[in-house]
Amino acid sequence: MEKGQPIIALQNISKTYTSERGEFNALNNVSLEIYKGEIYGVIGMSGAGKSTLVRCINYLEKPTSGKIIFDGKDLGALSAKELRNTRQSMSMIFQQFNLLMQRTAEQNVCFPLEIAGVKKIEAKQRAKELLELVGLGDKLDAYPSQLSGGQKQRIAIARALATNPKVLLCDEATSALDPSTTQSILALLKEINEKLGITIVIITHEMKVVEQVCSHVAIIADSKIAEVGTVKEVFTHPQSKVGQQLVYPNGMPDESFMGKRCCRIVFDGSSAYDPALSSMILECQVPVNIMYADMKRVEDMAMGQMVIQLPEDDTLAEKVIQNLRAKNLIVEEVYDYVG
Amino acid sequence: MWDSTMFEMLGKGIGETLYMTLFSTLLAYVIGLPLGIALVVTEKESLLPNKWVNSILNIIVNITRSVPFLILLVFIQPLTRAIVGTAIGSTATIVPLVVAAAPFIGRMVESSIKELDKGVIEAALSMGASPLQIIWKVMLPETKPSLWVGAAISSTTILGYSAMAGFTSGGGLGDIAIRYGYNRYQTDVMFVTVVLLVVIVQVLQGIGMKIASKQDKRK
Ligand SMILES: Nc1ncnc2c1ncn2[C@@H]1O[C@H](COP(=O)(O)OP(=O)(O)OP(=O)(O)O)[C@@H](O)[C@H]1O
Ligand SMILES: [Mg+2]
Repeated sequence: MEKGQPIIALQNISKTYTSERGEFNALNNVSLEIYKGEIYGVIGMSGAGKSTLVRCINYLEKPTSGKIIFDGKDLGALSAKELRNTRQSMSMIFQQFNLLMQRTAEQNVCFPLEIAGVKKIEAKQRAKELLELVGLGDKLDAYPSQLSGGQKQRIAIARALATNPKVLLCDEATSALDPSTTQSILALLKEINEKLGITIVIITHEMKVVEQVCSHVAIIADSKIAEVGTVKEVFTHPQSKVGQQLVYPNGMPDESFMGKRCCRIVFDGSSAYDPALSSMILECQVPVNIMYADMKRVEDMAMGQMVIQLPEDDTLAEKVIQNLRAKNLIVEEVYDYVG
Repeated sequence: MWDSTMFEMLGKGIGETLYMTLFSTLLAYVIGLPLGIALVVTEKESLLPNKWVNSILNIIVNITRSVPFLILLVFIQPLTRAIVGTAIGSTATIVPLVVAAAPFIGRMVESSIKELDKGVIEAALSMGASPLQIIWKVMLPETKPSLWVGAAISSTTILGYSAMAGFTSGGGLGDIAIRYGYNRYQTDVMFVTVVLLVVIVQVLQGIGMKIASKQDKRK
């Protein structure tokens, strides 16, 4: 499939912070391409450089070197005024919502429109529509202090959509919310992506968030990109060490089966709930030991993986693998799994 | 001695004190508000960082703030005469009051604006707001309650200064207190003027705080 030009391209972005205590490399030669319509997750541990990365995308932070190309424009080459105009098509939402506390919900949504010079009546009309879209049609006159965290984030989303942006940048947008509110905000983001075709970049430290809504993911660690790919690829075959740590947060490899023959079975969608394992055991007549199992829903598909310990006997082990492969499962042998 | 002329004099004193205080507060804000904004936005990593402008403003503010009001009052008498034509009376007192209060107000405004969460400014920047738009649409409206508290404190401080101007025949209640209480040992007159000053401070402070809490939508 021809993807055309990426809507956002980071080309060899580095960012060095200089302070009294010396220099700190928050981003080191990072390159990424994000295409229209994607929900792109950027995941990493605290301090990995995620916020720095997203702030470079809209030039709130000027990269020390490298280029940001947004919608064909090199942001570094724009004048201050052109940059401000460009930012109107690249909205951002934050962990702490950052609403104007002295303005009502409606006035908050009108704010970016005032900045863009939209007429007051039109702005109010648009604010009303957007607040309805995010499910707060009855809270037009409420002040942020009268609303819950989830409701505040909904206002922030409505506000971010006011100027019809092409891209929505979310820096830990659900990190201050409880799990069920997080679910509803993620569902809203997905709906916005599907209905309005807005490309979304989601910064998070939670694999769950990526699994639930993202189509693509970049894993960032120690100021560098460790791994990129579709969520499905990265989730089923994490290549990097950090990737494996994120996919198996409980420190998956167990010392006890190190060195012994194990294999990892990946279930993708179709076969997740088939009794593949039990039929294999019946067919091969061998006992296996389940070392690890984890089933999740990724993008509405049942996904999962399991690690089983193979029989000592090599021919039997081979038989097990062949049997599982014949069931269209992805099976790979695991020797000494990472720690 | 508590005859009608005395009451008339006290009435005139109240009027002059209010005139000096309110007018000086207003004029001092004309200078102090932009000064306070400038102190914030020229800081490093703020909207319009400018090391030179920031250092110069800070030095000016610190120098003016460190001169005791009574000395400033005498020291700038030539300036007062040049502007008002005389150095005595309540109109003349407005000049040193404004000179002393503007840097004070600058600091009050600066600290109010600095209370604002940086994230809000960042959000505005991410929407493409210009520095001027951020000052007018974010910094000032968002810190309005705190700015009003500052105005209450500033006006009562100015009132206190205006009373000191009594030493140079500056008019108002302070002038009366010094003429009668200090020069002629009529402590009862001094006592009454002090009570009146206390009442005016209470009223100004009360009005300021009331406006501030009415403006505050954060609770
Ligand atoms: N203005 C700054 N000056 C100096 N160092 C900074 C600055 N901003 C960030 N850093 C450093 O850069 C590194 C990356 O910061 P960043 O905020 O991008 O991390 P993050 O991945 O978003 O972390 P978190 O999950 O905690 O938000 C951190 O070590 C941080 O201390
Ligand atoms: Mg961060």
